[in-house]
Amino acid sequence: MKKLLAIFLLAIPALAFAQHGAQLERAPIDLHDKASLQRGAAIFVNHCLNCHSASAMRYARLADLGLTEQQIKDNLLFTTEKIGDTMSASQDVKVSKAAFGVVPPDLSLVARSRSADWLYTYLRSFYRDPKSKTGWNNTVFPNVAMPNVLWEFQGEQVMQVNERRDENTGDVTETHKLVMARPGSLDRGRYDQYVGDLVNYLVYMGEPAQTSRRMWGVVALFVLSFFFLLALLLKHEFWKDVR
Amino acid sequence: MVRGLMYGSYRKPRELLWIFGVLIYLCLMAEAFFGYLLPWGQMSFWGAQVIINLFGTVPLIGEPLAIWIRGDYNVSDATLNRFFALHVAAVPLVLIGLVAAHLMALHEVGSNNPDGVEIKKNIDPRSGHPVDGIPFHPYYTVKDTLGVAVFLIVFSAIIFFSPEMGGYFLEANNFIPADPLKTPEHIAPVWYFTPFYAMLRAVPPLFGSQFPGVAVMGAGVIILFFLPWLDRGRVRSIRYRGPRWKRFFGFFVVAFLILGYLGVEPTTVWGAFPNGVPVVGGDYVALWVARVLTIIYFAFFFLMPWYTANDREKAEPQRVTW
Repeated sequence: MKKLLAIFLLAIPALAFAQHGAQLERAPIDLHDKASLQRGAAIFVNHCLNCHSASAMRYARLADLGLTEQQIKDNLLFTTEKIGDTMSASQDVKVSKAAFGVVPPDLSLVARSRSADWLYTYLRSFYRDPKSKTGWNNTVFPNVAMPNVLWEFQGEQVMQVNERRDENTGDVTETHKLVMARPGSLDRGRYDQYVGDLVNYLVYMGEPAQTSRRMWGVVALFVLSFFFLLALLLKHEFWKDVR
Repeated sequence: MVRGLMYGSYRKPRELLWIFGVLIYLCLMAEAFFGYLLPWGQMSFWGAQVIINLFGTVPLIGEPLAIWIRGDYNVSDATLNRFFALHVAAVPLVLIGLVAAHLMALHEVGSNNPDGVEIKKNIDPRSGHPVDGIPFHPYYTVKDTLGVAVFLIVFSAIIFFSPEMGGYFLEANNFIPADPLKTPEHIAPVWYFTPFYAMLRAVPPLFGSQFPGVAVMGAGVIILFFLPWLDRGRVRSIRYRGPRWKRFFGFFVVAFLILGYLGVEPTTVWGAFPNGVPVVGGDYVALWVARVLTIIYFAFFFLMPWYTANDREKAEPQRVTW
């Protein structure tokens, strides 16, 4: 029975594949890379917190990333925030709503609702679209209300549509491709790394305790296996005379 | 519960024990359902919406019933508050009472054993204890300690290393706060409810009412209460059961597991039947599989009085074997 249960539990993650429609690229997540997380936090505070909030995250918690309180105050707090505050958007919600038509969602848990790969691909898939309200569109999230905030770094991509005619059948197949129309201040590789750092930070923020959770897990399993061994020996000792 | 099915623990004289057990199961389902609303995420909200609307399909009293459960016309603050109270106080109290009743009923008849031998048949004339029985303490307290250790290891492995379990324990959608204006694309219950959810979806609406599906889903659980009276076999344990029972039981277990899988997936999984198939048309393969499996699930119970009545069973031993 217990064996059956174990097999069942092991089988669950195996079933958990294949869901999203758009082709997602793998985000370079490394939660032990403190430098990357610090860069990500800086990008987040500088660019995302204008419109988005992170109401489940306090600035003081950034000490996790190896920053001292003074460093957080000097580098990541810009106006009247206190170190114990939760991260709130600098722009008023009403202004955002008027500008974009929707309230920009809170990003505390976005890495867990969207997945790191989704965010990583999304932030690199903006392109110029004169038909949209903001002048931007996105292949991962079509007609998204958010413009490409990081355009200065990434540059401006455009959608190139190629039509190909099959000579035999006459069928026309369209292929879509994003091409860089005007490069930004970062080249492709460095921009990927830039977004990678940001997504790494978002993953951290989705569950700040996840690295320590795994460490404690090892301790817990070690203690429990010791308990299991004791219980096993005890059971054998008592059940000897039943035989 | 599967073990109880395999070894006939529900059989006479343990009917009351079994009924208390099924009531505990019902209470746990209620506990899980009420608790799932509390994180107030998208899945919590829409899951509760779906389940409460099930009660709304009951003929005549449906809509007032649903409003009575929600305390509002929509899942709202009132619903959240009462579900919290039900989850942390009311249902746990009922559970404690049922566990006490379960233990009292157990004390009266004693535990079953893998051979299904009635141990109270053979009483030692000198001590008055069953010859085949062993005391609960220390034997079972010690054995259950081992069981607790195994459970805690599996539990901790999940908590510490994979709390989301690939989206099956904590769904991605539930990290988005509840929004009554945005319906998620695919609302699925958590894995432990999915076999019954698959049954619900498998039943087509009758006369424009979804009630048949709801009734079938409810019957899927309620039918367990009648098990002691449906089974007419002479032996209890799977060790001595005949081939017919074993076959039905095998189909039942497989049907239940596949229904569980189908419940997590949208009905479109496995694609549509080719449109050329007459009658069936563009229906989905998975939907028809779920229908067949639902019938198998119920056949296990409804046909039980017949296939257990004269099955080729082996003789039960007089004493418990090791």
